[in-house]
Amino acid sequence: MTAIIEKNTVLEQLQRVKDPEIDTVSIIDLGMVERIDISVTTIEIEVLPTFLGCPALPIIQKEIELALLSLPGILSVMVRFVHTPPWTSDRITQKGHEGLRAFGIAPPPLFLEADGTWHIDCPYCMSTYVTIENLFGPTACRSIVYCKSCKNPFEAMKPVSTL
Amino acid sequence: MSEHELSDVEREALTELLLQLGDDDFIYAFRGAEWLGLAPHIEEDVASASISQNSMGHAVMFYELAGTLGLSEANVLAHGREANERKNSILLERVNGEGSYMGTPTFDWAYTVVRNYFYTLAKKLKMDALQLSTYGPLVDVAKKVNMELHYHLLHWRTWFIQLSQSTDEAKTRMTLAIKKVMQDFGDLIHYGDWTVEIEKKGYSASAKQLEQIWLSMMNPIVTSLGFDETILEYELKQNGRNGQHTEDLHLAIATFSEVYQTDPVATW
Repeated sequence: MTAIIEKNTVLEQLQRVKDPEIDTVSIIDLGMVERIDISVTTIEIEVLPTFLGCPALPIIQKEIELALLSLPGILSVMVRFVHTPPWTSDRITQKGHEGLRAFGIAPPPLFLEADGTWHIDCPYCMSTYVTIENLFGPTACRSIVYCKSCKNPFEAMKPVSTL
Repeated sequence: MSEHELSDVEREALTELLLQLGDDDFIYAFRGAEWLGLAPHIEEDVASASISQNSMGHAVMFYELAGTLGLSEANVLAHGREANERKNSILLERVNGEGSYMGTPTFDWAYTVVRNYFYTLAKKLKMDALQLSTYGPLVDVAKKVNMELHYHLLHWRTWFIQLSQSTDEAKTRMTLAIKKVMQDFGDLIHYGDWTVEIEKKGYSASAKQLEQIWLSMMNPIVTSLGFDETILEYELKQNGRNGQHTEDLHLAIATFSEVYQTDPVATW
């Protein structure tokens, strides 16, 4: 009888499933994986979507399936998108923050100011001298920001919280 | 409460509520998408496209929840229903202005700003209320929608306040737009024929209460911008929640369901 695959092996494999648009962060780094159930030949996995209208979800689903089906002895993989608990940006790990910065995207802040604004540092020069050009960016989860220090436009991931 | 513990009436009342929420967001997202390439400037194009995309995502969530109660899958609910089966508010189905997207559209930005702001505030109040819903699966979806809605509301409020304080022409156009929007406001915060069941079971808050909160929030804003308070008066004439709709919705359905009608299993 085949031994049950270790959870760590599954996590390592899921580290290879990157955000389709940001190849420096994985779905683990983004805190999207909520639950993993491993039986002998089957893996069931629950994933939290970041933004509801995100068109990348079917791609992510396919890549999770491919990654996990390549594990020895795994015959079926079931990916379910769930909304409990709702994904919030504080689920992004430290590694995720580094990965976002490496891609030129400012990670979401850990805290929001009382008036709902948030503090952004330029991912290139780390200056705090930045202005938000547009709350909305090329994807639903990002804003467009301009750094007045190094004159680079960049994107910042929007904070989302249940507060 | 989960979907397995519902009686037939409860299931139907919940389905109605979910379709009202889903249909509102779906047609709202469609009207928003019609601005693509036509919005006042490039940043606005990006912003309103993003908001429309989010809202389409919200519609899908509500349709999927309806699906778990025995309805068709989201794609069929979105594309496969006639106007008289739709539960959206009449305000949201109205065209953006004269002309068509394929011809020479002369869409009305003031009307769009007012409609979007008024709708988004109403939606925000509904999502707040749904977080206390007795139907658990709806609570989490409402929470998720609310996070994104924060940005939508901020966006439309900014436009609304800035245009209202702008030139005389802007003020005139905004005044006309508010009046036009209020003509259709009657069914926006309304549950139609299913009001009693939806409210009694605690699936959402009372519509009357939500209306009052909406007015108590909007009144000080419009008066501080110099509009007469009576500008927010309205009455219910036609109720989209009960499947009563305008020609605008028929035309919209014909446009957005064209691919679906040609090939229902097409992937695009």
